[in-house]
Amino acid sequence: MAKVLMKGNEAIGEAAIRAGCKNYFAYPITPQSEVAEYLVKRLPEEGGVFLQGESEVAVGYMIFGAAGAGERVMTTSSSPGISLMSEAISYIAAAQCPAVFVNIVRGGPGLGGILPSQGDYFQATKGGGHGDYHLLVMAPDGVQEAVEMTMQAFTLAEKYRGPVMIMGDGLIGQMMEPVEFPDDLKTEPTNKDDWATSGMDFRKSKKRNLVKSLFLDPTALNDNNLALKAKYEQMKKEEVQFELYNGDTDYQILITSYGTMSRVCRTAIDMLKEEGIEVAMLRPKTLFPFPEKAVFEAACKDSCKAVISIEMSMGQMVEDVERCVKGRRPVEFYGECGGDIPSPEKIIDIIKGLL
Amino acid sequence: MGKTFTTPKALSKTHTHYCPGCTHGIVHRLVAEAIDDLGIQGKTVGIAPVGCAVLAYNYFDCDFQEAAHGRAPAMATGIKRVRPDLMVFTYQGDGDLASIGMGEIIHAANRGEKFTTIFINNAIYGMTGGQMAPTTMGGQRATTAPAGRDTAATGMPLRMANLLAELVTPGYITRQAVLKPQQVNKAKKAIKQAFQYQMEGKCFSFVEVVSTCPTNWGMTPLDALKWAEDTLLPYYELGDYKVPE
Ligand SMILES: Cc1ncc(C[n+]2csc(CCOP(=O)(O)OP(=O)(O)O)c2C)c(N)n1
Ligand code: SF4
Repeated sequence: MAKVLMKGNEAIGEAAIRAGCKNYFAYPITPQSEVAEYLVKRLPEEGGVFLQGESEVAVGYMIFGAAGAGERVMTTSSSPGISLMSEAISYIAAAQCPAVFVNIVRGGPGLGGILPSQGDYFQATKGGGHGDYHLLVMAPDGVQEAVEMTMQAFTLAEKYRGPVMIMGDGLIGQMMEPVEFPDDLKTEPTNKDDWATSGMDFRKSKKRNLVKSLFLDPTALNDNNLALKAKYEQMKKEEVQFELYNGDTDYQILITSYGTMSRVCRTAIDMLKEEGIEVAMLRPKTLFPFPEKAVFEAACKDSCKAVISIEMSMGQMVEDVERCVKGRRPVEFYGECGGDIPSPEKIIDIIKGLL
Repeated sequence: MGKTFTTPKALSKTHTHYCPGCTHGIVHRLVAEAIDDLGIQGKTVGIAPVGCAVLAYNYFDCDFQEAAHGRAPAMATGIKRVRPDLMVFTYQGDGDLASIGMGEIIHAANRGEKFTTIFINNAIYGMTGGQMAPTTMGGQRATTAPAGRDTAATGMPLRMANLLAELVTPGYITRQAVLKPQQVNKAKKAIKQAFQYQMEGKCFSFVEVVSTCPTNWGMTPLDALKWAEDTLLPYYELGDYKVPE
């Protein structure tokens, strides 16, 4: 298909449809309301379901219900809305239902601001709700990647029967870029007869299915948590995605950065190269599972003197970076999170300060 | 002579965990009978609340989902919207529906979602041990209202059927009871009617059932029935509050 110029938020909506998702529930919040405004027009054309819920709390459970019934379903929101959905996300993870959540992150805490931020890294990767669970979290650095990740998200949600999150930010949602949609991906989930509440009559077994998260027997609860843990271990083996930029040079500094922030770092690296200074960037594309081994190996390259995590937060991913570097190199941090994205010049100054 | 009394097909043979004299069991049976009568077991999805009926799925033989506290109507909305061919019902207590889940039930009813809600009003929080519910009567004792509910400080008991009937959106809204055999028969008719409206794709349907919780009321089952009759029914009047045209 030819490239089309699209706003990130609209491209995410279109990607969901092309991935075979016909069901969308959401509550308006800046900076992602365009997804709903796009899908309210597109979904009826596809015979799909669009519903504006009364709150993100309710939307979380609409998603849970639809996912439990075995249908592909997505919601999009931004930080305060994701906080409200976190109760449902915990239940969905526990009950092992596939669902896709998009967080177009804005500044926080509290009402924060409406400009781009990466302040929800902890919430997304460490479990925003209660209990032992994770989401598979992907972080696009532009509209093209947002499209590809949204489409992959449905397959991954079904492979792992759990919630998957796309974590973008206001810039990715709002900016226009040329995108190419991969081939339609309208595969049907294969094993839903084993678990989905699709009605006994509609299944060969004629046995009833239960979607639930209560396990009063300690052994049963432990077993459910072990089953979740096994999935997370499998994700660590099979789903890690990252990009190493300028990694084949004798770089002196390794930047770790993701999403919108990584685009600025990329420009800074190119500008430094012209001055004869080599810097590399390890950009996680999956935030959970985190590219642990790749970060360690990139940091341990002989030429590399230090690692710096550059984020639009007050220092969140840096904790994972430190964990992976295991003390082999100093790990520094730079971040801003008022909504202004640090300039390449600012990044260059900071890098030079480390040399 | 043929069998006159059998277990409904839509009910499993498991013994329930409900206390002696609790009316949850009666209402389960009425729902199962309605499902049997209408022949919809194979396309019904129930939604269990958080409350004493959280384990309802152990007693029904049909697909079930378990919601978080109060969120059953949102979950039912999700299922029914993506699978309008399924018969969906929520089964909720008064803490679940009238307190923490007030937003979800009002909006589902106001959207006219085509599912059925069975609402057990026992004027107390059963599962957590007898705390005050929004439906607790003035002066009624609860563990969080040891001197009796002070309505000046906590408001008057919520009448959910009356409240939902105020919505302009069409619906089937009724209040029934299961304190006496005649009431049980009427409640059964209402529950079946509620599912019928759903089958016809007509409207949201809501059956409030005035129930007992002898354990947390600190009464014998018989005293509980009498107290409910004398104290609850004058305030929670029985009957249809709204019927679709
Ligand atoms: C978010 C949340 N808050 C509180 C609880 C604790 N809780 C469980 S059941 C319940 C009240 C149930 O009472 P009701 O809905 O009246 O049902 P009953 O047990 O009387 O049938 C509460 C407060 C919970 N499980 N989840
Ligand atoms: S605590 Fe009350 S509502 Fe719960 S099972 Fe016992 S009698 Fe029934």
